Amino acid sequence: MRDVAIIGAGETKYGEHWEKSLRDLAVEAGLKALEDAGICAEDIQAIFGGNMSAGSFVGQDHVGALIADFAGLAETKIPALRIESACASGAAALHAGYMAVASGLYDIVLVGGVEKMTDLPGDMVTDILAGAADREWEVFLGATFPALGAMMAQRYMYEYGLTREQMALLPVIAHKHGAMNPDAHFQREVTVDQVLNAPMVADPLTIMNCSPVSDGAAAVVLASADIARKYTDSPIKISASVAANDYISLHARNSLTTSPSTIEAGKKAYKMAKKEPKDIDLVEIHDAFSIIALIGIEDLGFAKKGEGIKLAEEGQLYYDGDLPYNVSGGLKAKGHPVGATGVGQVVEIVKQLRNEAGKRQVPDARVGLAHNVGGTMTSSVVHILEVM
Amino acid sequence: MVVPRFWRERRYRYNLIGTRCPECGTVYFPPRNVCPKCGRKSLGKMEEFQLSGEGKVYSYTIVHQNVLGFKYQKPYIMAIIETPEGPKITGQIVDVEPEKVYIGMPVKAVFRRIAEDGKAGIIQYGYKFVPDWNKMELEKEGT
Repeated sequence: MRDVAIIGAGETKYGEHWEKSLRDLAVEAGLKALEDAGICAEDIQAIFGGNMSAGSFVGQDHVGALIADFAGLAETKIPALRIESACASGAAALHAGYMAVASGLYDIVLVGGVEKMTDLPGDMVTDILAGAADREWEVFLGATFPALGAMMAQRYMYEYGLTREQMALLPVIAHKHGAMNPDAHFQREVTVDQVLNAPMVADPLTIMNCSPVSDGAAAVVLASADIARKYTDSPIKISASVAANDYISLHARNSLTTSPSTIEAGKKAYKMAKKEPKDIDLVEIHDAFSIIALIGIEDLGFAKKGEGIKLAEEGQLYYDGDLPYNVSGGLKAKGHPVGATGVGQVVEIVKQLRNEAGKRQVPDARVGLAHNVGGTMTSSVVHILEVM
Repeated sequence: MVVPRFWRERRYRYNLIGTRCPECGTVYFPPRNVCPKCGRKSLGKMEEFQLSGEGKVYSYTIVHQNVLGFKYQKPYIMAIIETPEGPKITGQIVDVEPEKVYIGMPVKAVFRRIAEDGKAGIIQYGYKFVPDWNKMELEKEGT
């Protein structure tokens, strides 16, 4: 295994892109990443693309071929594979790209993620996203994806005494950061009262505890570390890339308040990167629902079980705090184009580690962690990145 | 949606039949062909197991935004039910006001219509849960 670095990163703005198609978004992000790396499309030896459900959202499968084709790469005959792991598809694609370069099979690959979600009415989107859970034994009975998240939250409140007011701090922080990110879906701050009084999706989660339905794409260019400096003065090393899985349905797990796959991925990632939680300068944590972020913070070792919310209460999660959290705005404010999200988290960390994040720049950021999950924290993918 | 997708599960859904691993005794619902604890030792040996339908609310929520097919039921209560046999089961709780549901509430399974596939499509049946009022009374007396 050899070291792998990110030599270029790019993404579209996240949001409702009525004027742009799936292929438009993916090609835009991919070309931005190539331009950032200062390489031509012909330099790419393979493409790994994260996408959850283009087949359902826009009736398009064979996404890898489509994107490579419209990026102008059909003549190069390079492989373009689509990777799916529900909302963790983006990070799963990065894991695949990492393996491809680390193994020595390829020297330079493009990793992308894309989702086009706003071409369908809300109830159909809800139904497609529910496919991240067990269709026959959760969704068939009426469980929506937010309903499953809500049951995690309800149980967490029962076990640890968390209040809705406390949980509302996480979207407030995410929106504070989103307001400083020109690529975020929502660029405005919100208050605890606005979170609490927003329409209820699944009790106790209001719509402000849930990430939005967004269109968007993100991409990074990976190269073996030994050639990375030929292309950029500021390569970012992928110190750890770990994926883990668990029972797909929430009811099959012993606990609703912890994610064994996140614990597993986190532990292995820290070991692989030779880091500890205290070494991490900023985190992008999967906050599809506030409760998932809270469980993620704890299971990744940043707080004891039941005490994660204290970090929010003490102000440590702001971009100038001790554990800058979702400085991009997170899934909540930056947006959650599901297949793009995991790659987009990494794009944010690359910007931060290169000191290019503008108003929301975390001071002296050298090591970042990205946590992307699929389903009800069923699949977890953790990446640790650092300045080379 | 075509019929076989629902037809093939009807025996388990209508009767709350899961499986039990003869190696370790763990009961699973829905049925599994492989026991996650015993792996290949369980292959071909998993036995059908009838659940009693009794249980307690492990967690719950009130759903205000539905998946397709549940539009006219909302708001409705979804729950994860802990059964005395071991497995937890996801299902709706009906015949009770949402504000009366609590974690630990005794419930029992009932056979109900779950959803329908449009006006002309098939009607899907399965299990839901209702409060076990008798057990709740006994619990109240006990405390």
